[in-house]
Amino acid sequence: MTVSTAGTIRAAPQAPRSVPRRRLLEDERWLAFVLLVPTMVLLCLFIAYPFARGIILSVTDSRVGVPGTFVGAANFERIWNDGIFRQAVYNTFVYTGVTTVFKLGIGLWLALLLNRHFKGKAIVRAFILLPFIIPTVLSTFAWKWMFDPTFSVINWGLFQLGLIKRSINWLGDPDLAMFSIMVVNVWRGVPFFAISLLAGLQTISPELNEAAAIDGARPWQRFWHITWPLLLPVTMVVVLFSIIQTFADFQIVYVMTGGGPANATHLFATYAYQIGVGTGLLSQGAAISLAMFPILFLVVIVQLLYIRRVETR
Amino acid sequence: MIEGAAWRRWVYFRLPLGFLVLWLLFPFYWMLITAVRPDGELYRPWNATNYTPFWTTNPTWAHVEYLFEETIFGTWMWNTMVIALASTAISLVCGVLAGYALSRLKFPFAGSLGTGIFITYLVPQTLLFIPLAEIIRNYRLGDTPWALILTYPTFLIPFCTWLMMGYFKAIPKELEECARIDGAARWQAMLYIVIPVALPGILSAGIFAFTLSWNEFIYALVFLSSPEQKTVPVGVVSELIRGDVFFWGPLMAGALLGSIPVAIVYSFFVEHYVAGLTGSVKG
Repeated sequence: MTVSTAGTIRAAPQAPRSVPRRRLLEDERWLAFVLLVPTMVLLCLFIAYPFARGIILSVTDSRVGVPGTFVGAANFERIWNDGIFRQAVYNTFVYTGVTTVFKLGIGLWLALLLNRHFKGKAIVRAFILLPFIIPTVLSTFAWKWMFDPTFSVINWGLFQLGLIKRSINWLGDPDLAMFSIMVVNVWRGVPFFAISLLAGLQTISPELNEAAAIDGARPWQRFWHITWPLLLPVTMVVVLFSIIQTFADFQIVYVMTGGGPANATHLFATYAYQIGVGTGLLSQGAAISLAMFPILFLVVIVQLLYIRRVETR
Repeated sequence: MIEGAAWRRWVYFRLPLGFLVLWLLFPFYWMLITAVRPDGELYRPWNATNYTPFWTTNPTWAHVEYLFEETIFGTWMWNTMVIALASTAISLVCGVLAGYALSRLKFPFAGSLGTGIFITYLVPQTLLFIPLAEIIRNYRLGDTPWALILTYPTFLIPFCTWLMMGYFKAIPKELEECARIDGAARWQAMLYIVIPVALPGILSAGIFAFTLSWNEFIYALVFLSSPEQKTVPVGVVSELIRGDVFFWGPLMAGALLGSIPVAIVYSFFVEHYVAGLTGSVKG
């Protein structure tokens, strides 16, 4: 269809000398430049500039409405000596590490289950993506309500099963609160892992598994020696992508605990928000945010190198 | 394909799948049931004898009415829709053009520009929100929809570009060359030949971008302050919680209604959404 319209397109202007601008666009370099300008302008204005601005902010002592003076690394020194910040760093690493392992494990399991033929597969696949599609803040409220100490349906369920005798204060105890937050993060992330890995699984030819089965390989052996190695490139990209998102997560903690109880569940982002926006200490907040950068940068580099390697193979 | 007895099918397949699906969907059921449950039942402690968690005998619209009468939920929905559509449109235009340039044109620094855009794709919003809030204020965009319409493309464009590059690469060069031989200009070949062929990719990118901007939270939280400018996620958080009093009924009703537009878009274009999702990580 589109090919047939090609012939009917108006011919390029007959006298190229009278329209030099058009001719300029015939040059691939100029065309590329013109096509990239809008993207570059937006990304420079709202990513590169804020990034530079953030670095400048973090070495001054600005507050809201007060342009600061240069203070060197004082902000970084202050947050380094701040117990809450250290707790937030520790939390972020634990949060990212633990949830990534579970998201990968459960996501892979779900992907393997969905990679079979069964009735209603399309519907199940469509429905399990819901936690990933529905606005995180809104679905996290459903979880917060489920974890409510007085009205918790989870407490009710555990009590009915005979597992608990008294009410569990899910969000009131630091360790339990962190656990609850991780449950929500895993819940939200599993569909992404499952669907991405499922897409990867579907590119693996079933004949490989069948051949191995004929040769007498057990299901576990088939998974470990055939499926897993072939799935590894997709898995790597998905995991690295998820690590970045989880490491910089904000919404779930903000809604579930707001960093509490007693600042025990802060992550980088929520603590930066509390200091930078809540308290108005702009430069200290910017410093906390920027403290994420080295680790994120490292992950991005690993991801870039990995993609390069896969592409050039 | 599980060999052997029926019990194996149950243990290795049906039960785990059923359990996982239940876990993934239960919160939505809980949202729904809370949204229609009268307050008297809602605030009944879990260990009360008449606690009936999974159903209600007298469903009510009171929470939905509260949402529309006591808050400006309709305005939030409208704001979110306008912002999501506008930022998606901007991102699609920029992303398609940039994706075309990066995948089909030869020019100096093409590779490093592509890498640069990929890196911005991985920049999380939480890294830059504080300096960005200051910049928004300096441009006098604070508390207007423009604050979000212009900043959402920063995480949507890299994604759209990345996805479109994949689609454009798959289109054979000959298609364009045919048009060129027939006398089409370079840009005409792009606009009338290559872009129409890549339409499924554009649809995927658009749907994914729409859901991403509908879900965005931290920029909307920081850049908007007056209630009538807010988006659904921020409005629900700031207006339905007073101090430490949570209006759970309206909150859940708002969560449910606020999810409907994305759910509708998603249900119509599941395949495109999945293509966008998997394309976003495969590259």
